[in-house]
Amino acid sequence: MAVTMDAPSQAAPSRQGRSLHRFANPGRFLRLSKAVFPWLMACGWLITLVGLAWGFFYAPADWQQGDTSRIMYIHVPSAWLASAGYFSLAIASAVGLVWRHPLADVAAAEISPVGAGFTALCLATGSLWGKPTWGAWWVWDARLTSVLVLFFLYLGHIALVRAFDNPERGARAGAILALVGVVNLPIIKFSVDWWNTLHQPASIGLTGSPSIAASMLWPLLISVIGYTLVFAALVVARMRAAVMERRIRGLLMARATTDAATDQDAFA
Amino acid sequence: MTRKKRRLVLLLVCGLGVGSAAALTLFAFSDNLVFFVTPSDLAKNNPGTRSVRLGGLVEQGTLVRSTAGDPTARFAVTDGTARVKVTYRGLLPDLFREGQGVVALGAMQPDGTFKASEVLAKHDENYMPKEVAEALKKSGQWNPASGAAPPPASTWNTPANNPTAKTGS
Repeated sequence: MAVTMDAPSQAAPSRQGRSLHRFANPGRFLRLSKAVFPWLMACGWLITLVGLAWGFFYAPADWQQGDTSRIMYIHVPSAWLASAGYFSLAIASAVGLVWRHPLADVAAAEISPVGAGFTALCLATGSLWGKPTWGAWWVWDARLTSVLVLFFLYLGHIALVRAFDNPERGARAGAILALVGVVNLPIIKFSVDWWNTLHQPASIGLTGSPSIAASMLWPLLISVIGYTLVFAALVVARMRAAVMERRIRGLLMARATTDAATDQDAFA
Repeated sequence: MTRKKRRLVLLLVCGLGVGSAAALTLFAFSDNLVFFVTPSDLAKNNPGTRSVRLGGLVEQGTLVRSTAGDPTARFAVTDGTARVKVTYRGLLPDLFREGQGVVALGAMQPDGTFKASEVLAKHDENYMPKEVAEALKKSGQWNPASGAAPPPASTWNTPANNPTAKTGS
């Protein structure tokens, strides 16, 4: 009885060769992620700690802000990951919606809590940074407001995905919310260029040289790499837990039905 | 057309619709999305006694502080074309200086000055170590009080600008 849930042949029907669905098999995902997860987590923490230690103790302080500017080694990576995490949520939602990829639904449901956490960290550190430099904990300028909207989008997704008795319907609704919310990403990125904001424009862009000293840029980029790996590790860990939870629920359901059937047999 | 393809097309069409709707909305409201108005905006359409946020650079050589009684500050805010005289009673943020971007909340007075009830400092996107700032100022390449942007960061790390660069690497 217990074997039926684990049979890989069941989850991988005739169209096994399709590239996207090679990883749709939960069993294969669990095996792969089990090998990858400890490395992701260990490397992520190690690189983050190196970046933060470099930034806090060895990088120079800003000439105006002094040591206050060091909060950027926490704030900037969490802000980038808040946006990048939402982008990955949108990709997972599109894959789940269009190709009905079961693991994409799991990924979308598990990305949003992690993304919400990073966005909260970004908002909190930004507030702590704003008070000593700008003179205000919070202002309603376009950048800050759009990031707050991003936080609410994450919270809405977390709630919506889990609001249905049928998880598939929850995934559908959540995917639509996540995809509509993508509109917010360019607004966050370009808010500082399109409108007058209190928040300063980007110091690091894809085009043009950065307007930050190299001695501060390196620890910042290392922190970003570390944060990214930790984000990925947290999502993989949550996905593993979710897949295993579904399996256990399936096993319990199967047992309940067989038990009920045998009870009925005994009763008859 | 397979069902997957149909869903993909539907998704792309919806995305296009939502995207253009958002773009049009933002474009229509762009005047209301600004956090502050510039001195030129104030000169063009006078807000009267309505409270506005005024943003710009503190003009070089205009800052007068008095510490007798409540701390008061008088300075001019400029955006390069127009200027507005600002008076403010209260504590200024640490980053306030001549040449710094500021955002002042307040209202125009009948005498043409701007009375601020709150002043915020606007930090720019440049982050540089103290030694580099000192070296740039000493060599005359940059004067922070003028409000001009410093030279690009790629030129900072020359030995002349960064005394620690030689020993550091």
